[in-house]
Amino acid sequence: MAELLPPEQLLLIAGMALVTYLARVTPLLLLSSRQLNPHLMRWLEMVPPAVLAALLAPEILLRSGDKGEQLLFLSTDNIFLLAALITFIAGWLTKSFFATVAVGMGTVSLLRWLM
Amino acid sequence: MKDFFTGVRLGLPVVLGYLPVGFAFGVLAVQAGMTPLAAGMMSYFVYAGSAQLIAVQMLAAGAGVTGIVLTTFVVNLRHLLMSAAMTPYVRTWSKARLAWFSFELTDESFAVNLGRFASHGVSKGEALSLNGFAHAGWVAGGVAGALCDSALGDLSFLGLDFALPGMFISLLLPHVYLPRRLFALCLGAAFSLIFALLGAGQWNVMLATICAATLAAFMPLPGTDKRRPGTQREAACG
Repeated sequence: MAELLPPEQLLLIAGMALVTYLARVTPLLLLSSRQLNPHLMRWLEMVPPAVLAALLAPEILLRSGDKGEQLLFLSTDNIFLLAALITFIAGWLTKSFFATVAVGMGTVSLLRWLM
Repeated sequence: MKDFFTGVRLGLPVVLGYLPVGFAFGVLAVQAGMTPLAAGMMSYFVYAGSAQLIAVQMLAAGAGVTGIVLTTFVVNLRHLLMSAAMTPYVRTWSKARLAWFSFELTDESFAVNLGRFASHGVSKGEALSLNGFAHAGWVAGGVAGALCDSALGDLSFLGLDFALPGMFISLLLPHVYLPRRLFALCLGAAFSLIFALLGAGQWNVMLATICAATLAAFMPLPGTDKRRPGTQREAACG
């Protein structure tokens, strides 16, 4: 069994599942009659744009240096940055989750083939 | 039965998006050292695309369980907001049904369900069928990816590693239309880059999110909000 499912991976899945489920279930179960504190709501409203941008920016603008340090990667060799620009335009125009991700992966695939 | 098929029809665009991203997760998970069973279980039980893709990226970089779980917590904090936004529509549902419904609450199922509730009223059958179909699509994509990786070898030409940035971009776009959220977005990106360049390691995302959300939520922005922070009406639009 440990070969199919190592204990550390099971622990990881359990931990991730628990914190994810708590965030999903708590408001629905507890808030059916009350409202959240307005300041907390206002802060929570800012979390999605902040966290998504915080995740995206290093993916497309940084690269690892020789010693593992992070460096700015502003160059036409930066395939992810070029693909991100095209993906933004595709998402803006299509407003479709599927089309946006597909254009992004397709662009990376094409650029790798060209460069 | 009619509700079931309506749910499947509504869920189809979501599934079309989930299959390739789920597939990418499966491939990357196995490459990061997860077994196909673990990858499938993670897709079923965690069922959170961004968090799962970040987790395998961190695993590949040698991160430990605690760091990955904490990052998952921060990344998925946004579900608190979606869950809260759903409450007015599903107030009358039983606790057991709510517990199941929230297990399958994702960015995409939230968007589609909320749109449907607002336009056609609430149908338990439709919502649960849509959610179940999307969930099945996500797991199927993940399992296929996990099994394909061992069979096919190098898949880097497919651009699967862009699944995560691509997903972030499509999830970010709805936020660019509101000035305060756009401000949070720019701050989040800037703080994250600065912290990463200063050597914050894996903590840059969490630190940047807390700083950016706090500044964006409470800083007065001239010309963007007519209402003062924290009034009743402000709370209602969250």
